[in-house]
Amino acid sequence: MTRDTSKMSSPVLKISDLTVSYRADERWLDAVRDFSLTIRAGETYGLVGESGSGKSTLVLAIMRYLARNASVRQGSIALNGLDLLALRTDEMRRVWRDQLRLVPQNSLSALNPSLRIGPQVAETLAPSLDAREKQSRVIELLRMVRLADPARVANSYPHQLSGGMTQRVLIALALSGEPSLLLLDEPTTNLDVTTEAAILDLLKDLMRERNTAALYVSHSLGVVAQICNRVAVLYAGELVEDASVAALFASPLHPYTQGLLDSVPRIGQHKRAAPLCSIAGQIPPLDALPTGCVFAPRCAFATDFTHEVRPALESLDDARRVRCHRWRELKPNVPSSVVPRQSSVVNDETPVTALVLNVSNLQKSFDVDRSLLDVLRGRQTRKLRAVDGVTFEIQRGETLGIVGESGSGKTTLARCIVGLTERDDGQLTLLDIPLAPRVEQRTREVLRHLQMVFQNPDEALNPYLSVGEILRRPLQTLASCTRAEADARVPQLLASVRLDPAYAARTPPQLSGGEKQRVAIARAFASHPDLLLFDEATSGLDVSVQASILNLLNELQAQSQSAALFISHDLAVVGFLSDVIAVMYLGRVMELGRTSDIFNPPHHPYTEALLASVPTIDVQQPRERIRLAGDLPSPVDVPTGCPFHTRCPRFLGDVCVNVEPPWRVDANGHAIYCHIPLDELRRAQKEKTREVFETSRVSQ
Amino acid sequence: MIRYLLRRLAFLALTLLLTSLIIFVVTQWLPGDVARVILGREASETSLQQLREQLGLNQPLPVQYLNWLGNFVTGNWGKSYSTELPIRPLVLERMNNSLMLALVTVVIAVPLAITFGVVAGLNEHSWLDNAINVAALSVVGLPEFVTGLILIEVFAFQWHVLPSSSSIETGANLLDALPSLILPALTTALVLLAYVARHTRAGVIEELKQAYVRTAVLKGLLWRTVVTRHVLRNALLPAITVTAISLGWLLSGLVVVENVFNYPGLGRLLIFAIDRRDLPLLQAIALLAALSFALSNLAADVLYALLNPRIRLD
Repeated sequence: MTRDTSKMSSPVLKISDLTVSYRADERWLDAVRDFSLTIRAGETYGLVGESGSGKSTLVLAIMRYLARNASVRQGSIALNGLDLLALRTDEMRRVWRDQLRLVPQNSLSALNPSLRIGPQVAETLAPSLDAREKQSRVIELLRMVRLADPARVANSYPHQLSGGMTQRVLIALALSGEPSLLLLDEPTTNLDVTTEAAILDLLKDLMRERNTAALYVSHSLGVVAQICNRVAVLYAGELVEDASVAALFASPLHPYTQGLLDSVPRIGQHKRAAPLCSIAGQIPPLDALPTGCVFAPRCAFATDFTHEVRPALESLDDARRVRCHRWRELKPNVPSSVVPRQSSVVNDETPVTALVLNVSNLQKSFDVDRSLLDVLRGRQTRKLRAVDGVTFEIQRGETLGIVGESGSGKTTLARCIVGLTERDDGQLTLLDIPLAPRVEQRTREVLRHLQMVFQNPDEALNPYLSVGEILRRPLQTLASCTRAEADARVPQLLASVRLDPAYAARTPPQLSGGEKQRVAIARAFASHPDLLLFDEATSGLDVSVQASILNLLNELQAQSQSAALFISHDLAVVGFLSDVIAVMYLGRVMELGRTSDIFNPPHHPYTEALLASVPTIDVQQPRERIRLAGDLPSPVDVPTGCPFHTRCPRFLGDVCVNVEPPWRVDANGHAIYCHIPLDELRRAQKEKTREVFETSRVSQ
Repeated sequence: MIRYLLRRLAFLALTLLLTSLIIFVVTQWLPGDVARVILGREASETSLQQLREQLGLNQPLPVQYLNWLGNFVTGNWGKSYSTELPIRPLVLERMNNSLMLALVTVVIAVPLAITFGVVAGLNEHSWLDNAINVAALSVVGLPEFVTGLILIEVFAFQWHVLPSSSSIETGANLLDALPSLILPALTTALVLLAYVARHTRAGVIEELKQAYVRTAVLKGLLWRTVVTRHVLRNALLPAITVTAISLGWLLSGLVVVENVFNYPGLGRLLIFAIDRRDLPLLQAIALLAALSFALSNLAADVLYALLNPRIRLD
């Protein structure tokens, strides 16, 4: 499948022994050390690393766009044989224009907010073109990145476009000069999975057509597996492993790579089968790097020798390098623990004991301001329907996962349940107590039973309070502990989230992201709640940290037997933690069922598309390719009939447009909101999977 | 946009109504009996009583207020107590003079301020930036009567190129008045310049940090193009807003400068009115000042929205 280009073409980018450093407090901190890499024409090279690995520094060094306090202290970067570090500014400008382009992440801020798209694309074109030629070239470029209405896009301001659209514009910008090397810096990181899948398809096709060399920087192994031929793994500023995608994912050699691969939950992997493997500890700070192997402090296979002596980057053959003292002896012992899809969900049945939360027909809409035009047309104030008739239950000890893309209403739903947003209609009962719409109207007893962990602990934890005070507060106000009891409980709580008791004296800014989220979790568990809400609680964390937090949640929940509502855009993470999953689209639940049922046909066509879009690290696994057309419709104008009909790959016709679909429920209680009968869905979806398997067998 | 403007104008009317009430109440509290001020210490009680009746001073305060406001709105601003002349032509004439002074000030200050601010912002923390900052701060720190007197000394007494007094004739047009306008305008411009330059500098520094600047540079554009096409478009927004807001102050707040240069603007008329306890005149000027402040604020907001496509006014 992967093209072996290493022997055929000349190097486009050649980095040798590169060391990039930041000046801080009168000394140099080496953010990237002894880095060497060669990218050839037609090759897409993945660069994977967690935050703090130095990947952004590396990208900026290649682009020659380092911050003022950073500098390349050693090594060389050559683009098509041209020594980039020796170029004058005006020569570098020519390289930027003709040969080297960057596709940045966070696409909206990378475009000038007060210029229309057209001129922003046009200014990258040769100045010799006249206005009309430029205009038609701009349209051509925008069409090339598959923007549906290029003329309209060219005439829009960036804020009028969706995230997927601005990302396409940036790709068009980068390709306008026919560059020989493209640097892609996390270009899909903030996008929804269905949008991400479409962008990755586009990039793959464009790169194949043009034979462009590319460096694709990402924290996500799944994305890299989708789009790259080769991968370099970066840890704490050092290249630890370099291999072809097939080789790396089939047999990772470096313990860090192995840990990273095992930390990512696969679709279908479930907490009741086995906990996730995680990597202990955290990345070392630049001013306190270990003397020996940089990974030794977190490595399960470290010895005194690896702690003291820095390993060299060994070449196994032409195509494979690893920086580890012990890779030869470890190789046979550590099989890659790839969990096959859909096989591990063996025992996700929880003994049903008691109902904790009952949500019945929950409704919430927000008013949208009318414009003058609306007033003149006599239009009424429009409603944005964020949550539209959601019903479900959660039992004691059970986790209900909610998956949906941005705009699906999952956060509004959580806020209505905790009472931060006042619901319009519907009933909520917690342990038979009806819940008031607003948190201020609820009793202390209810607050004690219902706690929430937010996505961003930086915003959720008061930076001026010590961790001890943060934990004491719910103990004293909600769990009615005395001061002495609370003081005694704080170290226990810290221990339960694997933090040293000494952390009680620190303040949140002194903690790492993962540690802050542990404190937030400890705070939520402090009052022994019966129901916990997690809103994207692990989304901001690196995968190795996420894995340990997921294991921790699982453990704490098993001990306390509390119920949980876990919200995430990440289907695999939700699948790992949840017993029951609800899939939301435009404020409605489209599918609800036990986790094993959700991951096996029949699927709702939307769930089917989500599953097909998730980037997976199982490179050998052939997959069906389903891409949704267009963007998510505005929640102000929810489509009639089935809300998914505008994008549904299994669209039937008028019935989908005009009639609300029925709930189709099987014997297991697995419910799908669709016009297509369950049997038909199951047959179609099973056939499709078989088809893919068969074609892949033929091609081998 | 139209809806927004209508709403803002309604708020503006409300603000002015409130201001008029405050002006009226405050001027009523001013010490001194108007009738006695007009007729002098020797006046008999009967003639005082007569005058009070004539001026409506013996009516209850709410009635006086409504009468005054109604007259003001219909354009009947009454007669000045002290000069016995109709107030409206007098105040409008002075307003016109103030407008001329403000115009010349803005024309001098804004281009210089933007140049200095952009140069300082593009060279943050360089010696150039530091020099501009120190100069700006020291100019702001000096009171106008000091800078004004220095300018008079140099330009009028040493070099004899400009008049020391700016007492222009009634009805003079901008061109005739220009020589007299330059020194007071320069004095005011120094203050405005420092203010606008610092906002421009901050705007430029803020915008240079944005990701779109990196995109523009990495397109291979000339630095000059990046600055003019990308950075300034966004960085000048605060400077424009600040200038628009300053217009209110320029139109009615230049009491010191007008006195130093003996310039017949609204500010000096205000001092005159206070001096003579000329209530109707004082009220008219105060209300006009409030109006110009409110309008310049509105202008600042509308201008900001027009220049910034991200803001939709409705």
